[in-house]
This record gives sequence, structure tokens and C-alpha cells, in this order.
Amino acid sequence: MAFDPNDLMKDRITDIGPPHFEQFFPPIIKENYGKWIYHEILEPGVLVHVSETGAEVYTVRTGGCRLMSVDMIREICDIADKHCGGYVRWTTRNNVEFMVDSKDKLQPLIDDLKSRKFPAGSNKFPIGGTGAGITNIVHTQGWLHCHTPAIDASGIVKSVLDELYDDFCSMRLPAQVRISLACCLNMCGAVHCSDIAILGVHRKPPFVEHERVSKVCEIPLAIAACPTAAIKPAKVEGMKSVVVNNDRCMFCGNCYTMCPAMPLANAEGDGVALWVGGKVSNARCAPKFSKLAVPYIPNEPPRWPTVVKDIKKIVEVYASDANKYERIGEWIERIGWERFFERTELEFRHEHIDDYRLAMTTWRTTTQFKW
Amino acid sequence: MALTHKTPMLDELEKGHWPSFISDIKQIAERKPACDDLLGVMEKSYEDKEGHWKHGGIVGVLGYGGGVIGRYCDRPDLFPNVAHFHTLRVNQPASKFYSTEHLRKVCDMWEKHGSGLTNMHGSTGDIILLGTTTDELEPTFYELTHTLNMDLGGSGSNLRTPSCCLGKARCEWSCLDTQDITYNLTQEYQDELHRPMFPYKFKFKTSGCPNDCVAAIARADCSIIGTWRDDIRIDQEAVRAYAAGELVPNAGSHGTEPRPLDIQKEVIDLCPTKCMAWDGKNLKIWNEECTRCMHCINVMPRALRPGTDVGATILCGAKAPILEGAQLSSVIIPFMRMESPYDEFKEFVEKMWDWWMELGRNRERLGELIQRLGLREFLKAVELEPDPRMINTPRYNPYIFYAREDVPGGWEIDAKAYRERHQP
Ligand code: HEM
Ligand code: HEM
Ligand code: SF4
Ligand code: SF4
Ligand code: SF4
Ligand code: SF4
Repeated sequence: MAFDPNDLMKDRITDIGPPHFEQFFPPIIKENYGKWIYHEILEPGVLVHVSETGAEVYTVRTGGCRLMSVDMIREICDIADKHCGGYVRWTTRNNVEFMVDSKDKLQPLIDDLKSRKFPAGSNKFPIGGTGAGITNIVHTQGWLHCHTPAIDASGIVKSVLDELYDDFCSMRLPAQVRISLACCLNMCGAVHCSDIAILGVHRKPPFVEHERVSKVCEIPLAIAACPTAAIKPAKVEGMKSVVVNNDRCMFCGNCYTMCPAMPLANAEGDGVALWVGGKVSNARCAPKFSKLAVPYIPNEPPRWPTVVKDIKKIVEVYASDANKYERIGEWIERIGWERFFERTELEFRHEHIDDYRLAMTTWRTTTQFKW
Repeated sequence: MALTHKTPMLDELEKGHWPSFISDIKQIAERKPACDDLLGVMEKSYEDKEGHWKHGGIVGVLGYGGGVIGRYCDRPDLFPNVAHFHTLRVNQPASKFYSTEHLRKVCDMWEKHGSGLTNMHGSTGDIILLGTTTDELEPTFYELTHTLNMDLGGSGSNLRTPSCCLGKARCEWSCLDTQDITYNLTQEYQDELHRPMFPYKFKFKTSGCPNDCVAAIARADCSIIGTWRDDIRIDQEAVRAYAAGELVPNAGSHGTEPRPLDIQKEVIDLCPTKCMAWDGKNLKIWNEECTRCMHCINVMPRALRPGTDVGATILCGAKAPILEGAQLSSVIIPFMRMESPYDEFKEFVEKMWDWWMELGRNRERLGELIQRLGLREFLKAVELEPDPRMINTPRYNPYIFYAREDVPGGWEIDAKAYRERHQP
């Protein structure tokens, strides 16, 4: 039955949900579901999982851009058809995993992946992202597709991963380092629990387009959206509108989400903040939030050199300083924040001292500190 | 077709080893005018240091309140081919395995109806089809459901597409059938997924073990994390083999060369509860003291495995900072057995949603409502008894809201009798 634009209800199918996952399992995965007994990393990016049946599945993990054209997906399909019986998988961190069911299929797959490059020279399928290294940077949309970003996403990620490329392809670090990026405080990617988080920040309060407000916004919703009650209703030149108490604004962008006549993106105001020491796993210590390391770096397209330099510095100091198994947050808690700022040579500024709700839970309430 | 926009800044992003998204867009921009103009807008954003997308308008497919995100360029005069550039969220198969046969159909469909650009995948888990026009939405949806047997995911104030780690499909540590849970919940709650009925978004995420590879504890209003209650399974011979350097520690995470594992230093001393001992021959674990952090299992996967009395810890309330600040999920049900069809879990979910829908304000996430009204109110609503596993520490402020019925005689005071005992 073909689509009929004049009768949308004809044969309409709704609410069928996603296809059942099992039909996409490679046979070896289906046969050994729940039977895996151990795994090992054979080289960076290459894993073997062994089943109680004796079956082995070899996985090659490759880093990918989350933004992908259908040409790229078709190329992935070609590789999976050629080597992997027509199956492939994506990870939560936008890596692509190719699986084969015997060791002799592994090297041809690896060679094939390594041989593929874009015309301008970058690798299409870097192999890595396992163990005590860094894996793909999860990120949001940035200037490419969202309406509230303070920064770009894919371009910063590309620049940082070019610099940390060797740490994607190797496992020299004390533990894994998860880096994430969100282009505004909405944090679609929920980056607030990452070893290193890159966050887009606005620094100018919204300006109000009074002649548009009452046309495009529900004024009570815009007022209610502000967490600091900075927005008040007002009549401006006879028009129903709002005013913002700029001193109370903490640049969250909520008002803009509710009211498009209150934009706050701005070339001079916007930029990047870096956060460190978060984690989600429960291994050894509890999950932790990331904490502020660098309050503000201006936008520096196209290669974002300061962001890249500061992240590189944090990774290098961590690599040389931390004990084996220590995540960045565990390392900092052991040495103390005063040492963290000293060793990374990052400047400690007033912005590092919390002044929002529950701030005092972050202030030092002991005489135990280091000189 | 030659590319129409000069992009000197974006061209810089074609250099370096990491895959270049610009190179990728360029290859498809040769035949897709929308992608060509997208490069133009991006270059302009790189020059201006400001984005050029308007606030999303309301677009969608008939009968659905979510799944499509409207996107319009604020310079259609310069970039007419991306004047509309809407996004569709497509509900991914749990844990993101695909057959190439199916993926090729997705590509063909999106080549025909959209820009040919995707996100594989969005943060919530969906396949994101990036960039189409309003009049293509219904034909795309028709083909999605008829040819691909796929459906839209969630956006707006509704259930978002549930997601999970790969669990039993390829991980020996999974205590849960993560995919089945995700599939089952997604099917059960199709209506909640497609028709906004909540105060704000709601997310389920499921991880098979406390390593939490999908970051459920940080990203889901309801986080389902696999765990066990009995003893860690030990293969003592394999422990000795690690100590002797016959097996590669930490599954090779610190390098693939075999080396003797210093069990005292790398396992026992790092155990947060210090519930292990090693006498050079046998590893002893006082399991009743273990908090199942996974460290020892991560380091010796061939010797140690989670127990077999498995289920999930259910935690609630995680969210990103907007509005009230970032929150992690808090333990609500320390242990629940998770067996299909998950009736016990669904009973809990429905009580939780009823409470949130009744009392939550517009755009208030569940975690914020719990914070505003208190965990005790939430526990009452979902009919659970308090348990020390729900807290890090008992309160240290003395301001307790006792209820009238907690105190003998309620809040009534006999003023006359009081004054008979005390002069004014
Ligand atoms: C060596 C054994 C491990 C294996 C085989 C493994 C497997 C995986 C897999 C397959 C993914 C992608 C998950 C998905 O897309 O569903 C992943 C991601 C992840 N893993 Fe593991 N993992 C291991 C150890 C760990 C450990 C020890 C930790 C924490 C200490 C950990 C934390 C994470 C995190 C945080 C993510 C990313 C979640 C995200 O933000 O997307 N993993 N892991
Ligand atoms: C109209 C406003 C918004 C739009 C258009 C929007 C758009 C999106 C998009 C496109 C995604 C998928 C993200 C990706 O993978 O790139 C997403 C996910 C997400 N959004 Fe938003 N968003 C909006 C408002 C918000 C707000 C106000 C919050 C915070 C309360 C928020 C928090 C999140 C989170 C936490 C995720 C997903 C994280 C995950 O599942 O891992 N978003 N949003
Ligand atoms: S983090 Fe902010 S700017 Fe980035 S995609 Fe999400 S809402 Fe848009
Ligand atoms: S940006 Fe946030 S704090 Fe500032 S006025 Fe808008 S809602 Fe209020
Ligand atoms: S969360 Fe646990 S079960 Fe799931 S993939 Fe990660 S390590 Fe395996
Ligand atoms: S799982 Fe963690 S707490 Fe339990 S014995 Fe192992 S290291 Fe110790």
C-alpha cells in the first residue's frame, strides 16, 4: 500500500515500538546469550568474550562520529557484510563494534578497518576505546543543530580527540577517562558525572524583545521558568512584556526555552567551562559529580586551542600522578583540590567557590588542608 | 555537484587522525543541497560564534505528541535548503545491534525523505534522523512503520525512549536481562512515550551491573541497576593463576602483557569495605560486608563473578542541572527481582507516575518533586517502608516534621491545665 497524502488514516500503523532486539543479534550472540563467562582485551580496541559453551566472539571497537551520513552507515554495512555476517553494533558512547566468531577472521577485519580513510586524510575507523584509555567523547549537537548552544559540539570533540588520539588507541592511563560534552546547561548528554566534562556556558543575561514577547510567549510560563525569580512582568512602552533583574541571572537559558523572544546566545558572552572528577560506576567509590576546573574559555573555532591545551594538561598530570585504578576524581580526592590546581597550573578563581543553593556543603569545614 | 559555500574554517576540521564529520558531510553534500547549505550555516556559526537555528516550532506526525523536533534556520535568505531542518527520533532496538539489511533500509528511507544525515545515536538512545522538511514528515513516518517496522521515540513531556547496556548479549557480569526489560517497558508504555501526559520528561535506563555502562544513575528518572544478594563466585585456581602471572589482570585494561597480579595491593587494599583477605593460596571474601562495587570482579574477571541471586536496585530522580541543579538517582528499592513480565516493577511505576502527575508542577522532574516534598512523601506514595539502604547518613538537622498522629493526644493542649501547673 503506498502513502496517500490525502488520507493519512488509511492503513495507519502506530505505537508498534522498536523492532525486537533479538532479530539483530549475530548468531553467536544469540546462541550464547547469558552464557558468557569471561572476557579479555587482546590489544587496544580488540576484545574477546568467551562463553561457557566454548564459543568465542571477537569484537573490534572503532571510534566514530556521532554525526554520520548514510554513506558512512552504508560503508559500515559493507564492512559488516564482508567480515561479520551482516551484523554490527553501536555503543552508548557512539563507538561502532564489529564482531567476528573466530580468531582467523580478526586480522583481515582489522586490516580492512585501518585501511579506510577520508579523502582529506582522517581515519574512518580508529580502533581503540577500551580499558585504561579514553573512549569516544559523548556529546550533544552544538551549532550544527540546536537552538540554545553556547558552543559547537562536533568540532570541539574532533579537536580534542585529534590531540588525545594516542590515548584512544592505547591503554597507558591509570584508569579509564570518560570525556563528555554538552553545549549548554540543559546538558542533553547529562555530562555532569564525567572524568572531564566540556560544557557550553552563556554569560550575558537574555535580552528581551518587548515587541515580540506577548506574541510568541506565555508570559506566566516565562516568569515561572526562572529558577532565581529574576523575571518580572512589566509594561514597556505600553506593551505587555517582562523585565529581567540581570544581577540575579545565572545564565541557565530556561527563559529562552520557554520564550523565544528572550535570546541569550552571544559571541562575546559564550564559551566553554571544564569540569573534572565525575564518574558513574560504583567501582571502589560512589558515583560522583564533576567539579569546576576552568570557569571560562572563549569560543575559539575552528580548533579550540585553549580547550585542547587544558584538557591535555589535565590528562598528562593525571597520567603521571595517579595510582593505578584511580579515576580522576579519586586521584583529586587523594591529593586534595589545592594540589590539583597547583599541579595542573589552572588558575583558582572566585567562580570556583559555589554560591548557589546548598553551596556550603562544598566549603571547607576543617582545618585539614595542605600548603 | 560542486559545493556552493566556501568553508575555510570547517576545512581545518578535516585534518588530524580522528574521523572528520566535515569530510563525511562533504561527501553527501555533493548530492544533497540541504547538506551543502548545512556546511554554509556551520561555517557562518564558526565566524559569528553564535548558532543559527531558531527555537523549534510545533511540528509532528498525526496522533503523536513527540518524536519530531522542529528546527528552522534563522537565515533562510542565505541557506534556503535548510530553512526547515527537522529531526525525527526513531526508537532504536535495545542495546543497538543491527543487521546490515535493516540498516540499509534505514539509509534508503532517509536518503529519499531527508538530508541523509543521522546521529548514531542521540544521548537518549534513539537513532536521530537529522534534517527534513515539514511535508516529508508523514511520508517518512509511513515508510518507517510500513517498510522498516520501526516507530518514533519520545520527546517533549512524555516518556523518553528507554535504553540499556548490552547486558547478557555480550557481558558476563550482567545480573539482568537488560534488553528484555527495555523492550518490555517500551512496548508497555507506548502511549506514555508518544503522547505527552507528564509534567516533564521521564527516562528509564537499565544497566546490568554496578559498573553502570549506560550511566543510568546519572541520567534516568528511574534507574534500574543489576545487582546480587548472595556470594561472589570464586574460582580459587584462577585467582592463583592471576597471582602467578598466567592470566592478564583487569582483563587487559592496563595492557595486554601477562604480569603477576599483586592481589594485596591491586585488589584487597582497594576493596572499599576491606572485606577480603589473601593468604597466597586462597582468596577469602566476607560477602556479608561486601557492597558489590565490582572492583575485584573487574580486576579478575576469570576468577570472580557476581552471585546468582540476582535482581535490580531501583533508584529514582537523576537529572541534568536544569532547573534545580543536577541530581543523581537515590535508592528507592534496594532489591527487586526482575522477571518478565515485570509486574511488580510496573506496579511501582504506576504509583510513582500517579504521584508525580498529581503533584508535579509544569516542567518539574520527578527528582525535583521528591526534593520539594521530601523522600518520605514519595515513599508513602509508592507504599514503601524506610530502609537505611536509602540514605548515606541519617539527618543531622533537628527540624523534623512530626505529624499530628505521631504524638499522643495529637496537637491539642489543655491550656487551663497547663496554667494550673505554671504561673504566667
Ligand atoms: C573490562 C570490562 C568491561 C567491559 C567489557 C565493559 C563494556 C562496556 C561496554 C560494552 C560499553 C558500551 C555500553 C553500551 O553501549 O551499552 C561500556 C561503556 C561504559 N563502561 Fe564499561 N565495561 C567494562 C568495564 C567497565 C568498568 C570497570 C567501568 C567503570 C569503572 C565501566 C564503565 C563504563 C562507562 C561509564 C561506560 C560509558 C557509559 C556512557 O556514558 O555511555 N566499564 N562498557
Ligand atoms: C526545547 C528545548 C529542548 C530541546 C530542543 C532539546 C533537545 C534535545 C535533544 C535533541 C536531545 C537528544 C540530545 C542529543 O543526543 O543530542 C535531548 C536530550 C536531553 N535533553 Fe534536551 N532539549 C531541550 C530541553 C532540555 C531541557 C530543558 C533539559 C533539562 C532539564 C534537557 C535535558 C536533556 C537531557 C538530560 C537529555 C538526554 C540525556 C540522556 O538521555 O542521556 N533538555 N534534548
Ligand atoms: S545541551 Fe543544550 S544546546 Fe546542546 S543539544 Fe542539548 S539543549 Fe541543545
Ligand atoms: S537565563 Fe535563567 S536565570 Fe537568567 S533570567 Fe533566564 S531563566 Fe532566569
Ligand atoms: S553495566 Fe555491567 S553488565 Fe552492563 S555492559 Fe557494563 S559491565 Fe556489563
Ligand atoms: S565487590 Fe567491591 S566491596 Fe565487594 S569484595 Fe569486591 S572489591 Fe570488595
